[in-house]
Amino acid sequence: MPGTLFEKLWDAHVVRQPQDQPTLLYIDLHLVHEVTSPQAFEGLRVANRRVRRPDLTVATADHNVPTTDRSLPIADPIGAKQIDTLRQNCSDFGIQLFDIDSPEQGIVHVIGPELGLTQPGQTIVCGDSHTSTHGAFGTLSFGIGTSEVEHVLATQCLPQNKPRTMLVEVSGALPEGVTAKDLALGIIGQIGTAGGTGHVIEYAGDAVRSLSMEGRMTLCNMSIEAGARAGMIAPDETTFAYLEGRRFAPQGEAWTEALAYWQTLRSDSDANFDRTIRIDATTLEPHVTWGTSPGMVVPITGCVPDPAASVNDADRRASERALEYMDLTPLTRIQDIPVDRVFIGSCTNARIEDLRAAARVVKGYQTRSSVSAMVVPGSQAVKRAAEAEGLDRIFRDSGFEWREAGCSMCLGMNADILQPGERCASTSNRNFEGRQGRGGRTHLVSPMMAAAAAITGHFTDVREWQFK
Amino acid sequence: MKPFRTHTGMVVPLDRANIDTDQIIPKQFLKRIERTGFGEFLFYDWRFEPGGELNLSFALNQPRYRGASILVTGKNFGCGSSREHAPWALADFGFRAIIAPSFADIFANNCMKNGLLPVTLPEELVTTIIEQARANESYELTVDLEARTVTDGRGLSATFVIDDFQRHCLMEGLDDIGLTMLHESDISAYEAKRGGRSF
Repeated sequence: MPGTLFEKLWDAHVVRQPQDQPTLLYIDLHLVHEVTSPQAFEGLRVANRRVRRPDLTVATADHNVPTTDRSLPIADPIGAKQIDTLRQNCSDFGIQLFDIDSPEQGIVHVIGPELGLTQPGQTIVCGDSHTSTHGAFGTLSFGIGTSEVEHVLATQCLPQNKPRTMLVEVSGALPEGVTAKDLALGIIGQIGTAGGTGHVIEYAGDAVRSLSMEGRMTLCNMSIEAGARAGMIAPDETTFAYLEGRRFAPQGEAWTEALAYWQTLRSDSDANFDRTIRIDATTLEPHVTWGTSPGMVVPITGCVPDPAASVNDADRRASERALEYMDLTPLTRIQDIPVDRVFIGSCTNARIEDLRAAARVVKGYQTRSSVSAMVVPGSQAVKRAAEAEGLDRIFRDSGFEWREAGCSMCLGMNADILQPGERCASTSNRNFEGRQGRGGRTHLVSPMMAAAAAITGHFTDVREWQFK
Repeated sequence: MKPFRTHTGMVVPLDRANIDTDQIIPKQFLKRIERTGFGEFLFYDWRFEPGGELNLSFALNQPRYRGASILVTGKNFGCGSSREHAPWALADFGFRAIIAPSFADIFANNCMKNGLLPVTLPEELVTTIIEQARANESYELTVDLEARTVTDGRGLSATFVIDDFQRHCLMEGLDDIGLTMLHESDISAYEAKRGGRSF
């Protein structure tokens, strides 16, 4: 029977399929970080359980780590205790930890792929909703809560009900200046933030095939913002070229064997999806969110919508509330909205290609005096690579701060937050109320669009940029 | 886990769609390493003014809803971050059930692991319940998990759908890790078949 990529991955991981109960699914890789794991390890201790497969479990500290000088002690005692707790737990249970001072440290969804831990065909979980990122490699990867973290630590399995499948087919080529981020925002704008609920999305089509691995990670990363359980892209030559030679990728004969298997990981041409969405990439523009949910998004050439034009009463009230929080007036041109802060970072957009794209825009310009801008590389390895290319100099010379790796102002658990009323062009993934700091106003954009806003002081169509 | 069979309690309406887990429990409270004590931070930015005083216009702060244990709210409740701190905070605050037209996947899963029952009802019915709760002081509902019903004793009666196994686990308050560990031989057999690759 023809099957989707998702069904093939699912079937390959069934440990047990009882009648009238969830499937017991095997997990190949469990990524752990400091915020959602302490209570899980404590649960193991209380029940006198061990970690079944410490060798399939990898940890790092990313969510609450400072992005300033790492040689100094962490100023926040509660944050410091959480990181100490992760150290103790990894040590007690024999788990590999890429600690703050490790050259491999970084955002968990950046370092997994970068180290070659993420490989096609795997099931990957992490106590973080953006685990969907890893689906870019043809994996089934999804975020879980702390009780499930404990479940996977103890058993390397999870009981799961089978989600439905959705195909997002993107035809044509993305125009110059329109990125994977804009595609993701465009899809969410079309299907809504609950459009993918209960589904695993497979992204396909020419525009997706043409994306680099980093672009694919950006796209899959935002699947959760469409409500989807996971996002995935069938592996191909781009995937294999990215992985070959990475530290934890198979080597020699094991590589050849793995490759033969990975090449089978695709949906059959006559496979059935529960739902199909078609998008024409050639019509997409750079996108900017205007509200407090990623689905509240318009093209850069657009205007803040008028709630009066909403399709129903609930949407109208949601739009009114969002505009009040964002301090925006209906029908304001997006390009007339000024910004105070620019954040280039997060598991969505802090990889080397993101930093290259932003640096290309920034080069030869100064940030607007009213704008405070920062770059937070996704990992220490991304930071080193950027420095080797001189990107840090370009950013610093134009007025950006250049920070250490971590989640930073994407969720503002550390000191990197917006002040009340500040407006930020952010390459992150969530524009929820208060997400980047209480009273802060977040507009989601691509790295190039964020860079352009830092220079001009307002949202600017990067397709018209004069590169220097 | 605290078993859930049937619960009768006062309803508090929170009539907003797409309430995300950042609103339910803001990030500054995620640094704690315990599972308990999150209730006081529930909906923090909505319950408290920037200066720390109570925001009395927010439903959960109004005296008439004090002691409510059933939250009735808009569609896509619990979207966003996977933080289990969200159901921990709701349960710690005293909620036993949440009624909404739809829930985000990870959040609904997390609720089930904490004896907090997410009840999905059609949007029109949720709107009716919200109106009833506003119109009647101390408006109560009974959520009966065994019968899969929501009733108010005044004529409102609705059934809801829930996965049989999750219902069973909630009703018995089962430790599902323990259940999985009963199948250790299946897990070992799977690992042996797969060659148990490690990094």
